[in-house]
Amino acid sequence: MPNKTFFWFFLPTGLAMILFIGLPIISTGIQSFYAQHDQVVKEVKKCDPFGCTVSIVVDQEKTSKIREEKPLGKFNGFGTYVDRNHLAIEEIGKFWNETNSFGEFVDQVTNLPFYKALIFTLTYCLFVTPNVLLLGFIIALSLNAVTRRIRGPLIFGTILPMIVTPLVGSLVLFWMIDAEGIIGANLQMLMDDPYLSLKSSKTLTWITIIIYGIWHHSPFAFVVFYAALQTVPQEPVEAAIIDGASRWQRVRHIVLPHIYPVVTFVALISLMDNFRVFEPIIGFSAEGSAQSLSWLIYDNLVNEEVILFGSAAATSMMTIVGIAILLAPVLIRTWKEFRTAR
Amino acid sequence: MRETNMKKILISLLFLLFGTSTYADCNIKSGSINILANDFPALRTFVETAKGCKGSADFKVTHSSEHNKIAVPALTANPSEFSARIAANSSIVPLMNQDLIRPLDDLVKKYGKGIQDSQLITIDGKIMAVAFMANTQHLYYREDVLKELGIAIPKTYEEVVAASEKIRASGKMQYPYAAAYKAGWNLAEEFVNMYIGHGGEFFKAGTAQPSINNAKGVATLNMLKKLAGLSNPDYLTHDSEAIKVEWESGNVALMTLWASRSGTLLDDDGDAKITAATKLTGPATVAGGNIPAATLWWDGFTLAKNRSDADAEATFRALAHAAANKRMVADAADQAVWLIEGFKPGPKSIGVIEAVKMKAKPYPMLPQMGLMHGALGSEIVEFLQGKESAEQALKDVEAAYMSKAKEQGFL
Repeated sequence: MPNKTFFWFFLPTGLAMILFIGLPIISTGIQSFYAQHDQVVKEVKKCDPFGCTVSIVVDQEKTSKIREEKPLGKFNGFGTYVDRNHLAIEEIGKFWNETNSFGEFVDQVTNLPFYKALIFTLTYCLFVTPNVLLLGFIIALSLNAVTRRIRGPLIFGTILPMIVTPLVGSLVLFWMIDAEGIIGANLQMLMDDPYLSLKSSKTLTWITIIIYGIWHHSPFAFVVFYAALQTVPQEPVEAAIIDGASRWQRVRHIVLPHIYPVVTFVALISLMDNFRVFEPIIGFSAEGSAQSLSWLIYDNLVNEEVILFGSAAATSMMTIVGIAILLAPVLIRTWKEFRTAR
Repeated sequence: MRETNMKKILISLLFLLFGTSTYADCNIKSGSINILANDFPALRTFVETAKGCKGSADFKVTHSSEHNKIAVPALTANPSEFSARIAANSSIVPLMNQDLIRPLDDLVKKYGKGIQDSQLITIDGKIMAVAFMANTQHLYYREDVLKELGIAIPKTYEEVVAASEKIRASGKMQYPYAAAYKAGWNLAEEFVNMYIGHGGEFFKAGTAQPSINNAKGVATLNMLKKLAGLSNPDYLTHDSEAIKVEWESGNVALMTLWASRSGTLLDDDGDAKITAATKLTGPATVAGGNIPAATLWWDGFTLAKNRSDADAEATFRALAHAAANKRMVADAADQAVWLIEGFKPGPKSIGVIEAVKMKAKPYPMLPQMGLMHGALGSEIVEFLQGKESAEQALKDVEAAYMSKAKEQGFL
């Protein structure tokens, strides 16, 4: 396609992307550098049905004047980024000096909210993404091998987890693993431990969410792989059969190289999706044991009675940076291949 | 069964036919009313009563348990989406911090006939809200279970622990105690109650500097952990609704729960034997303290600042009609502890009345309290899971709070 045609084709999408994705990101970025003005408080008498007390309130007259002058707030630079609830530079330095062993240091750092969330998010990505690719590929291969007559219903059944709304899917599982649910109660019987609870143990909660993630995302990989498998040319496969190649050898040397670009694509999309893991944490009410970066943003925006725009914006920006870092190796490789192909 | 259903239908029909006409029309000629409120039976009754006097004004209401998340953004808009917000001690604070509600002095003078002085929430001499009901968390117990095992009604949390251990040892129930320990707001609320019961202060006097990392804080956490050990192992996912369900399934014999939930616990739905044995008592004290480990709450209405005076007037007149309505209070005496004149407390109000008698403290109405509450809800979880010492957890709470308070300009 000539560059000019491509430009006109891309223009509407590009404009929409700038308007709905680019500008909000820039606005979020700007917000992340600001904090609220210093609150001017005053002592007042408060009376309610239970009696009167002397207490403090925000002095609205003075505060509104400051707010009008600088509506964005107080410029804070990277202040929010490095504070204890985010990168915690100062705290980490202190832990490094104060702790006696490396293990203790790691314990202290992973106790900080941002790192706690980062570790869960990365663990989730590392376990879910490869398993989704593997499971999706195996299902696609197996379904490709069954007779055409039953393929339709089988495919439908396989993509069901993706059709089910994530929140509904996790809620269903949430009730099943309840201490009195079908899975939870049976596990207690099986393990002979009446105090066993999938929801109260951190490790078990993580495992549950990861398994849920694999269950939910595999169909996507499967659908793409299945489509790609239809394009595998039959001649080399037949030639390989005549040469006596085993099934595994055919998959390894003919099918996989052929669908390799698609594997990269699925890996990229899954990584991005998994890095933003959020719904299962809400669905499983797992806030206590598992927090992800997206959950931190949500927490800053809704769980407090005060909305922490600066904190939420800073975490959002760092999530974007995180995704960029994760995707960098794959993107660089694709770019290099693109260059050599030209 | 059928008969009672028929009775219910008949009563509702009668109510529909004659009920509305008994509420006097307040002769409101214009304006539009839009109310944001939490979702529980007493608030529905209150808003319905207000609706009865809407006159020719436009009337809308949003009942949502997510009201806290909507309130600030909706009232910040100009004109504001809602003309009134039913708030409580804690949820009025963010509205005050952002200057989103208007003083009601003029309106109270003009249309506030019948509202008692004790209902007025005044801050710095200005009336900012009109309260109409009180709430607190207190103990519920199963009379049959306690009697059978010869346990006296617990008055302190130490007795609650001992009683629960005895019930567990008897083999009757595995997890005899329940409270809303869901990580987040609920868990933090339990900490606030228990810490106040220990006589603790959240901030250094007159400042926004936190001061919870002390012996009282540690004792509070240890008591919460003891109680958690006697609860269903999934306690970190249980909110008020979930423990209500646990109670109604007969899995629990002692429970700390909101007074406003007593109505649904004692209604005709569910196992009649459990309902009959469900009894209410005041909140427990802890560590030999005099004041109960509970906080007093009021629910009241506030009016949005960013809304026309005409709308504010119409809204006030409708809501004031409900906030001084003896008839509503008599009809719905079971639903809440009304602060309105003419209320005769019934058996479902024992908890709140006991709490007031025992001089329970109100929930602290400080501008920075919401940030502390938020920090508590996430940082004490690891202590309860046994992954962290109490001191470390409290240190984390203070650190998390300080970062947020700095961002919000309180420190």
